[in-house]
Amino acid sequence: MSEHEHHEKENFFTKYVFSLDHKMISKQFLITGMIMGVIAMGMSALFRIQLANPGESSSILSTFLGRWAEGGVMSPDIYLSLVTIHGTIMVFFVLTGGLSGTFANLLLPLQVGARDMASGFMNMLSYWFFFASCVVMIISLFVQSGPAGAGWTIYPPLSAVPQAMSGSGLGMTLWLVSMALFIVSSLLGGLNYIVTVLNLRTEGMSMTRLPLTVWALLVTAILGVLSFPVLLSAALLLIFDRSFGTSFFLSDILVQGEVLSHAGGNPILFQHLFWFLGHPEVYIVLLPALGLTSEIIATNSRKPIFGYRAMIGSILAIAFLSFIVWGHHMFITGMNPFLGSVFVFTTLLIAIPSAIKVFNYIATLWRGNLQFTPAMLFSIALVSTFITGGLTGLILGDSALDINVHDTYFVVAHFHIVMGLSAIFGMLAGVYHWFPKMYGRLMNLKLGYAHFWGTFICAYGTFFPMHFLGMAGLPRRYYSNTAFPMFDNLLDINEVVSFFAIAGALFQVIFFFNFFYSIFRGPISSQNPWKSTTLEWTTPVERIHGNWPGDIPSVHRWAYDYSKPGMDEDFVPQIVPLKDGEEEHH
Amino acid sequence: MIKVLFVLVIVVFLAQIVRVFEISSKIKNTKNEVSDSSNNINGIFLLISGIGLLVFFFWQRAEWMDQTLQISASEHGPIIDALWDTTMGLIIVVFLLLTPLLFGVAFYFRGRENRKASYITHNNKLEFFWTAIPAVILLALISYGLNVWGKIVNQDTSDAMVIEVYAKQFGWTARYSGLDNTLGAANVRFVGGTNELGVITENTKDKQIKDLEDKINKLENDLITISSAGKRKLIQQRIEKLQKKKNTLLTYFITTPKENLIAGEDDIVVKELHLPVGKKVLFKFRSQDVIHSAYLPHFRVQMNCVPGTTTQFAFTPTITTKDMKKELDNDAFEYVLLCNKICGNAHYNMQMKVVVETEEEYSNWLSNQTDKKIINL
Ligand code: HEM
Ligand SMILES: [Cu+2]
Ligand SMILES: [Cu+2]
Repeated sequence: MSEHEHHEKENFFTKYVFSLDHKMISKQFLITGMIMGVIAMGMSALFRIQLANPGESSSILSTFLGRWAEGGVMSPDIYLSLVTIHGTIMVFFVLTGGLSGTFANLLLPLQVGARDMASGFMNMLSYWFFFASCVVMIISLFVQSGPAGAGWTIYPPLSAVPQAMSGSGLGMTLWLVSMALFIVSSLLGGLNYIVTVLNLRTEGMSMTRLPLTVWALLVTAILGVLSFPVLLSAALLLIFDRSFGTSFFLSDILVQGEVLSHAGGNPILFQHLFWFLGHPEVYIVLLPALGLTSEIIATNSRKPIFGYRAMIGSILAIAFLSFIVWGHHMFITGMNPFLGSVFVFTTLLIAIPSAIKVFNYIATLWRGNLQFTPAMLFSIALVSTFITGGLTGLILGDSALDINVHDTYFVVAHFHIVMGLSAIFGMLAGVYHWFPKMYGRLMNLKLGYAHFWGTFICAYGTFFPMHFLGMAGLPRRYYSNTAFPMFDNLLDINEVVSFFAIAGALFQVIFFFNFFYSIFRGPISSQNPWKSTTLEWTTPVERIHGNWPGDIPSVHRWAYDYSKPGMDEDFVPQIVPLKDGEEEHH
Repeated sequence: MIKVLFVLVIVVFLAQIVRVFEISSKIKNTKNEVSDSSNNINGIFLLISGIGLLVFFFWQRAEWMDQTLQISASEHGPIIDALWDTTMGLIIVVFLLLTPLLFGVAFYFRGRENRKASYITHNNKLEFFWTAIPAVILLALISYGLNVWGKIVNQDTSDAMVIEVYAKQFGWTARYSGLDNTLGAANVRFVGGTNELGVITENTKDKQIKDLEDKINKLENDLITISSAGKRKLIQQRIEKLQKKKNTLLTYFITTPKENLIAGEDDIVVKELHLPVGKKVLFKFRSQDVIHSAYLPHFRVQMNCVPGTTTQFAFTPTITTKDMKKELDNDAFEYVLLCNKICGNAHYNMQMKVVVETEEEYSNWLSNQTDKKIINL
């Protein structure tokens, strides 16, 4: 039999810590991402308490923040730091590292039919760089001058000049170091994913037979490999400006009564570099979620995904366009208005492939036999938030309208719904769906339902009202709204938001309980609990090194033969050869 | 301690609930699996939540819409607002169509034991339509949007009144350009004393050079009496630094064109913006430290203030503060300029009052500001 039968004896370290097995690495990414998620969510609860009760003393704040909340009142510096770290962790550590890291690792080898990633060693390195970057980011929370506070976009000069704010001292240095480590991790991982999909597909697994998850994760990896180096260069140049006296982004600055010795740089250059990654980044976050839910919706609708080729086409179109729209974050930086027009044009074009995806999702549900597992419910919720949040993009992408809502809570509402909620829902859907593949057990269904409904309701309750805050002109990253009489009447909206935000955070307790409880006590799963067609469900429930005990099966059909007429079952796995006279769908 | 206990209690509580679920499902012989009844319940919940989402949407509009910025007070404001209303109208229509469709379909096709899904893989005709229709609508929206954008950024500013808006941590300052309607040269290196904006003119230069020379003289006097070698070295270093600064200032002064120096003399530096109604102004933005953003929501104006460069925005205010107070039935109303780019810990409180008034009130106010002229500083 295969060489994987006689593996070296594993000890605790090689099995759980420095594992080379993609399934274990995937779990490491997931658990790390979940821990980071709890931290970031906790931070949002803290600053929502501040926003709903400006200036009031709260024992929760003094417990968690210590000297940052003398007398229970949060200081403005730590407010900005919390917002910054919250955003950074959510975007990079939870929804990039946690989401792609978990599901690319778990699903790519299993769904293309490979024994492991192309390079197990690089894969392990990718996790440990990720781990190191998490550790550095956490350490930065404890430095004397406070963690980075210039926003997750760290625009210089604010982030470059330590005198400009307390968070721009050591905290910012650690932020940059952490991010550099993160980028290394992401590049190691991304290259591996790409090579695995291109080279290690099993016999018969042509590109047009790949499940959409694989397509989405592949394109995500390509986006990351092309865009993260640009962020790395921006971070390096910023490190030079901060520590070695260069002037890439700095010129003629007077701060704290002293003129700095910089001259001739341009802070807008940094924004170009940042958003050249930053915009593709939102699709790095979103595409995996769209891929996972395409799979989950098809499986649980017991129907082929509608418009398979159009789905691939729109993933590719979105990915391509995402590289030429970054300027929509910079309409009011003084950028040449004509250049602004170009970015309006490219940005609004993205709505077309996005609309196609939404229609395809709904058409997949149409005349299906919908099985409402928690994974399926979260996937439907994703379609809803993708619609709701995507639509307001038409406003923000239109430069003339952006003038008045740029950097207001309207933006906070938009990106939390379209990127934050959609990606989180996709990730949760993925966890519920592939939990049996990770742990060989099932999660509790009723707790899953309770978690879903609580989360779904609180999510909309938290973020929908923020549109109105933005339309009232309330800027984001404001420590308090009390300095302007024009915002006095917004307090009741803020209270609604904070109520749902905190309730929503509490509902996650159910999820964490369900997750950890089921790892140990959940009912044992069958081999293919969702009656799915894809390859990962042909591997044994005991998750073994090398994935398949015998030869890797070969593939004979696409991944979506659900409810095909003339078949005995309502699903035909990809490994089943075509019957005599059966036509393969194209 | 109590908190730890509290968490433990929650965990144990949840564990017990799960046990109860498990035991009861064993008794009822149902598995931890989706069934017709769970599909039914969740399907109905989906339908309700789809409707609920719409109700929530309408409730919010009814409740909060009048707290949003309804009336714009600039000439280009209504053009933006019309584009806003069109786009928002379109968005709302799509939202109101797709949300019920999604949740309705999910409810209608909820799983049943005896239901068979249809094997539908694609439909070229349908897909063509739902690609083409959004494409056409978007192209229309893009050209409408760009048309509005063009009107705002390509205004004829030849007869506009030029005012500088100057940002620093954490406050705003304005500089009126005086009779010549031209702002004089400025650089952060000239900021000091009463010259808050670093305007470069003959008299500000003289003042600053004299300051520096006084300091140098004083230090040189000190040198005569001090004998400790270490201290002497320190003082000499300080003198060198001041000399260097003086030379830098002189270089800047000499390389600045003469007419830019003169243009600054009649500039007026104030802490409150006054604008005559119906007259076009051209704001020129500068920042001395980090990026700020000048946000005037009532006028639909926003532009970043970037250290090292100047940015600009032209607009015409159309409603005086007084009229706006009446319109909104709020005596305390004032226009404000807010900072809308994170700029440090007091970012949330970086503001300047803006007063729009009649031509007459405006020139009255301006004639009272002569003591704030650069030449009189
Ligand atoms: C747990 C629920 C969440 C709540 C209650 C929440 C709340 C907020 C709020 C109120 C702000 C704006 C604060 C301000 O501007 O002053 C914010 C910022 C942000 N959030 Fe969240 N958020 C949540 C989850 C997420 C998720 C899932 C993401 C992932 C995309 C995310 C990403 C961000 C980012 C990128 C920022 C901007 C940070 C910055 O301004 O630098 N958040 N969050
Ligand atoms: Cu973008
Ligand atoms: Cu500011």
